[in-house]
Amino acid sequence: MGKLLIHQNLVNAEIAEKLIKLCPFGSIEYSNGNLDIDAGCKMCRICVKKGPNGVIEYVEEQAPKVDKEAYAGIAVYVDHSEGKIHPVTYELIGKAKELAAKVGYPVYCIFLGYQIFESAEDLLYYGVDKVFIYDYKELEHFRIEPYTAAFEDFINIVKPSSILVGATTIGRSLAPRIAARFRTGLTADCTRLDIKDNSDLIQIRPAFGGNIMAQIITPNSRPQIATVRYKIMTAPKRKAEPSGEIVVCSMDTAKFESDVEVLKVTKKENEDNISESEIIVVAGRGIKTRKDMALAYELAEVLGGNFAGTRPMVEAGWIDAKKQIGLSGRTVKPKLIITLGISGAVQFTAGMQSADFIFAINKDPNAAIFSVAHYALIGDIYEIVPRLIKNIKLAKGLSGEIPKYSAPSSMN
Amino acid sequence: MEIIVCIKQVPGTSKVQVDPVTGVLMRDGIDTKMNPYDLFALETAVRLREKHGGHVKVISMGPKQALDVIKEAFMLGADEGLLVSDRKFAGADVLATSYALSQGIRKMGEFDIILTGKQTTDGDTAQVGPEIAEYLEIPHIANVLKITEVTVKSVTVEMDMPDTVELVRVTYPCLLSVEKDIFAPRLPSFKKKTETKDREIRIIGLNDMEDKDEKRYGLSGSPTQVERIFPPDENSDKETWEGSGEELADRLSDKLKELKFI
Repeated sequence: MGKLLIHQNLVNAEIAEKLIKLCPFGSIEYSNGNLDIDAGCKMCRICVKKGPNGVIEYVEEQAPKVDKEAYAGIAVYVDHSEGKIHPVTYELIGKAKELAAKVGYPVYCIFLGYQIFESAEDLLYYGVDKVFIYDYKELEHFRIEPYTAAFEDFINIVKPSSILVGATTIGRSLAPRIAARFRTGLTADCTRLDIKDNSDLIQIRPAFGGNIMAQIITPNSRPQIATVRYKIMTAPKRKAEPSGEIVVCSMDTAKFESDVEVLKVTKKENEDNISESEIIVVAGRGIKTRKDMALAYELAEVLGGNFAGTRPMVEAGWIDAKKQIGLSGRTVKPKLIITLGISGAVQFTAGMQSADFIFAINKDPNAAIFSVAHYALIGDIYEIVPRLIKNIKLAKGLSGEIPKYSAPSSMN
Repeated sequence: MEIIVCIKQVPGTSKVQVDPVTGVLMRDGIDTKMNPYDLFALETAVRLREKHGGHVKVISMGPKQALDVIKEAFMLGADEGLLVSDRKFAGADVLATSYALSQGIRKMGEFDIILTGKQTTDGDTAQVGPEIAEYLEIPHIANVLKITEVTVKSVTVEMDMPDTVELVRVTYPCLLSVEKDIFAPRLPSFKKKTETKDREIRIIGLNDMEDKDEKRYGLSGSPTQVERIFPPDENSDKETWEGSGEELADRLSDKLKELKFI
C-alpha cells in the first residue's frame, strides 16, 4: 500500500517527456512546469522503476496488518445444481490439497443447499478433511442473500485462510458478494495458483487486457478468495475409501430473508459442449470470410471432433458464443487441438493451453500462439487445410476429393 | 422508473505487451471506447424508460478522459451523467472501485434498478456489479438473459445458471448484471449528440463522498496488489515446421496418424 510522490524540483521538460512516454496508461501530464499523475494511474510503478532516477518516488504506507495466524485452511465452495456437484469443484479440491500440503493446512468444503447430505458424502472420497454443509429449504435454489449469509457464517466460524470458488455463473455472482462483505481481495479466473510460506495465496492470471500475466496477492486481508474456471485445474482421482467428516452447520434462519423469489426452474437442453470434446478445431481471424468457416467445420468433422472459435469470430457473428474458447468463453482440455489462423492472445491461450497436443497453423512466424503450441506450423491455412482434410479422408477410407467449402446450414 | 447504469471507458485495442528487453509495459495506441458489454446495459435501461417512463442516469469512474463515454451514453439516450474522478482513486482494484462507485451512486438520488454489463474487456473480472450491490445493501441478480416483467415494485428476469434457467423476481431497489445480447444495442444518434453537447456532467471526487476516508479508496483501499507482471510462459517442448502448404499438410496428417488421432 502506498502513494506516488513527485519530486517537482527534479522535473524539467525533457524528464517530463520521458515519463509521459513511459506511462502505459497515458496518465502523466506536464503543464506549467508541473508534473501531475491523473486518475487513470494503475499504480504499475513503471515510472518509479524505469523512469529517470528518483523523480517519482513510491512511498510505502503503514497499513494495519491482519493476523494471518488466526486464519487457517483452504476451503473450496461446492458448486452444484440441486445436489449434483459441478466437476469444477473436484478440480479445485485437487488444487486446494496441493496448496494446503505446502503450508500444513486442512482442506475444507463449504456446501450450501437443500437435502445435500448424500451428495456431500461423495466429497469424502477426495481427501477433504471436513465438509461443512448448510442444509436448509431456504437454500434450495440459488438466491444471493441467503447464500451469502450462509457463506458468511461459515467464514466467521471456520476462518479459512483461502477460499477457492469455481467461476461458474453462481461462483461469479457469489464470490464477489462475499469478498465485498469481508472487504477482502478476490482475483477472478486465475489460471495458476501457488502459496507462500506465510499463507499468502499467489494468484496468477492474464491482465491489463493484453499479452501479459499478472501475479496478484492479497497481503493484508483474510480470507483470500480466488475464482477458477472449469478445466483449468486437474481433478484428483477418486479414492477407494472415504476419509474426513461431514459437519452439519446450523444458523439463525432469519438471516435467510430475501427480496428474491424463484418462480420457475427450467432445465437447459443438452448442449453440444466443447468443454467435453477430446478433439477440437478452432478457427480464428485467419479465416477470411464466414463461408470459409466450413474449413474448420470440415476438418473437425473428418477428425471426429468439435469445432470452436475465438472471441473475434463470436463478435463477428460467425460462430455461436457457446463455442468460444478463451478466458471469457470456455476452457477446454482436449487431447488434440488444431488452431487455424489464430494469433494467440493470452485470453485465448488461457482457455486451451493445457491440451495434450496443440498444433497451431499461422502465416506469421511471430504469432504468440507458437509459444504454447507443441507443433508450430508456419503456413497458410488455405493451402494446408484442404489437403489435410483430403489426407485424413483417404486415411479413413473415405472419398478423397478436395472439399469445396460450403458450410452446412446447421453450423451455428 | 429511476435507472442507473454503470459504464466504463476501456482501451480500444488489447495489445499490451511486455518489452522482453526493458520489462516495460508497451501499449499500442491510446484509443479508447465504451466497454462493449455496457452497451447492453445501457440499451436495457433506455428500453425500460421508453416503456415505463422515468430517467436513465449513468455513472463512470476514471480520469477526465472518461467524460467521453458519458457523452457517448447521452448519444444513446441517457438523461444524466456523473463522473467519479480523483487521483486518490488511482490504482483501485475491484473492491476499491466498487466502493467508490457505490459512494458515487449514493449522490445520485433514489433509484429502482442499477444495471451493469457482464464484465469489462480490460479487467474481465465481472465482479464490480455484485460488489456494488453488497455495498449498497441491495439484492443483485447476475447473468440476466431477459427481462420478462416489470411492475412498480419489482422486476422479473431470466437468470442463466449452469444447467438451468431460473425465472426470478426481485423487488426494488436492486442491481441487475445483464448478459451480452439481452437486447440489440442501438447506434448513437447524431441528433442526440447535438442536443446534448452542452449538457453538464457532474464530476465528483473524494471530498464529495459521504465517506472521505482515503484509506477506503485507490491503492490503499485495494486488498489485492499486483506483485509482478511477466510475459506468458513459452512452451519449451516444441517443434516448428516450415514448408509448402502441401508439405505441411502431409507432415501433419502423418503426425496425426502416428499419434493415433486418425
